[in-house]
Amino acid sequence: MQYKSQAVAMPYFIAAIALFVAQILFGLIMGLQYVMGDFLFPTIPFNVARMVHTNALIVWLLMGFMGAAYYLIPEEAETELFSPKLAIALFWIFLVAAGLTVVGYLMVPYATLAKMTGNDLLPTMGREFLEQPLITKLGIVVVALAFLFNISMTVLKGRKTSIATVLLIGLWGLAIFFLFSFYNPHNVVRDKFYWWWVVHLWVEGVWELILGAILAFVLIKVTGVDREVIEKWLYVIVTLTLISGILGTGHHYYWIGTPESWQLIGSIFSALEPIPFFGMTLFAFNMVNRRRREHPNKAATLWALGTGVMAFLGAGVWGFLHTLSPVNYYTHGTQITAAHGHMAFYGAYVMAVLTIISYAMPIIRGRAANSNKAQVVEMWAFWLMTISITFITLFLTGAGILQVWLQRVSDSPMPFMVAQDQIALFYWMREWAGVFFLIGLITYIWSFFIPGEEKAKA
Amino acid sequence: MSEAFTTSTARNIFYGGTMFFLLVFLALTYQTEQVIPKRDKREMLADPMVVAGKKLWETNNCIGCHTLLGEGAYFAPELGNVVKRLGSKEAVMAFIQSRPTEGIPGRRSMPNFNFNEQQLKEIAAFLHYVSEIDTAKWPPNIQG
Ligand code: HEM
Ligand code: HEM
Ligand SMILES: [Fe+2]
Repeated sequence: MQYKSQAVAMPYFIAAIALFVAQILFGLIMGLQYVMGDFLFPTIPFNVARMVHTNALIVWLLMGFMGAAYYLIPEEAETELFSPKLAIALFWIFLVAAGLTVVGYLMVPYATLAKMTGNDLLPTMGREFLEQPLITKLGIVVVALAFLFNISMTVLKGRKTSIATVLLIGLWGLAIFFLFSFYNPHNVVRDKFYWWWVVHLWVEGVWELILGAILAFVLIKVTGVDREVIEKWLYVIVTLTLISGILGTGHHYYWIGTPESWQLIGSIFSALEPIPFFGMTLFAFNMVNRRRREHPNKAATLWALGTGVMAFLGAGVWGFLHTLSPVNYYTHGTQITAAHGHMAFYGAYVMAVLTIISYAMPIIRGRAANSNKAQVVEMWAFWLMTISITFITLFLTGAGILQVWLQRVSDSPMPFMVAQDQIALFYWMREWAGVFFLIGLITYIWSFFIPGEEKAKA
Repeated sequence: MSEAFTTSTARNIFYGGTMFFLLVFLALTYQTEQVIPKRDKREMLADPMVVAGKKLWETNNCIGCHTLLGEGAYFAPELGNVVKRLGSKEAVMAFIQSRPTEGIPGRRSMPNFNFNEQQLKEIAAFLHYVSEIDTAKWPPNIQG
């Protein structure tokens, strides 16, 4: 490790993985509730499990992004972190806030939680992905601003690389767009319109900058290709991201009461969104093929390549599948959406965070790479999780096609619940694929406990 | 990539392109705000029942199981058109009120939220308001 303060990334990475486990356990609970409706009812109703599943996902990805920034910024800026103490303090604040929020979801009825936490002062709760109590949302803002202050100061006093710049723009954008979660007009159309400024402009906007920066950093390290080349690629990719993704927001404005002109704008620009993702695939493979060194960390290289491929499949291919308005008319809000959501989140953001963890953790622990045995186990985990999510996506796509057919296309459309019964087999298969995903995740965690015998100076 | 295309060229295109499309997006947002009053039935928000209903919808996390105009969870039926599907606000109220506390064995069940008469009316008023929004003929049929 080049700078001592990079080590503050470690608690962030550990907490991220712990929350990942919670996310998957609650995913499995919901998957079972899909086929055994009374499972855990009314102790943990589906909506509660869903909040834990999705909020744990978002929070652990944020933890991963922060850890990534704390690791990568000092090395890019060639200086110690502005304040390692602040980074550690923020970690505990964030972890405790996340923990209390989950306890709140599980122990108290949601309406009571809303009352207890001041939702009456400024109602922001009860909207998908933004279910957090007001105080949690404020906590997120405080932590995010203090974090941004810390890393921005680090960059200001050090070298200003393109990777650091793109990462900073991505992270600042993340914080700024989150502010729209405090805006909740009574008008449902306007509520939905600005809700997407958080959700879409995150995953198909600023988060892609963070993803690109993480990928570029790890690729420089594991391939030894010139920074000049890599940074040029990075700029091209993030340019394509934002010129397609900003107006691509229109693909959510087809059926929510917004003007019909969005059908054309949204279809055209969101149809271009797969291009930057394909750019990332080419980027990762090109750089690895042109590598100037054999980095001992083979697992990190595999994660980086995997991110390139799976982000393109999940976001690019599965996104394109339902993004044109005539198609979306039939698929909007079905299992097709869920299929895409799973592969896109996993392929882009889960894998990006696991890439930086794979690269950085051995170094923080004092070795260039883990032992061969640990890497083999980690690569097994890579394949188990990646193949499982692929099957989850395929089964949900199957379920979605049938759902669309039975409930929306056929001459005698079935009621929702009747159609759901017809496709239960697909939900069972999804649940089994989920069990394999959990096995993959356990294997992944196990790989950290395999001793590293190859001692090399990082 | 060629020598003529330098990193600083790439960076300038990034800043310029982003700013340009951000401005276009803001302009389109402004234009949307100008025309949606014709589609979004905002006059119905004058009724405090509708506003109170939205808050109940949120504080009970209905979106955690249902979709509303196609957004939300996919575990339970679309509710943007439920007043039309069940035929009346009263039918919707009766459905919500009659959910068994312990659920239905083996089936996906909806919790009983113990709403009082006033709250039931508010929720129904909210769902009625949403059903009047002009959604460009979505969903394809009454089943949602
Ligand atoms: C990594 C990037 C992406 C992630 C993480 C992601 C994730 C998601 C998620 C979670 C949803 C569901 C939102 C909800 O609950 O309402 C969604 C919806 C959608 N996504 Fe993506 N997405 C990504 C990229 C893309 C791309 C590149 C496209 C288009 C090419 C796309 C097209 C869509 C469409 C059309 C919907 C709406 C589906 C519906 O009408 O129900 N997504 N996305
Ligand atoms: C064991 C594996 C998993 C199972 C069984 C599972 C199950 C589920 C279920 C049942 C839902 C709710 C769908 C609905 O609203 O009706 C859901 C939503 C979601 N899950 Fe998972 N999940 C798993 C793993 C994951 C992973 C690994 C990720 C991310 C990488 C993820 C991300 C999401 C997202 C983003 C949503 C919201 C989707 C949307 O709104 O369209 N899940 N999951
Ligand atoms: Fe989107």
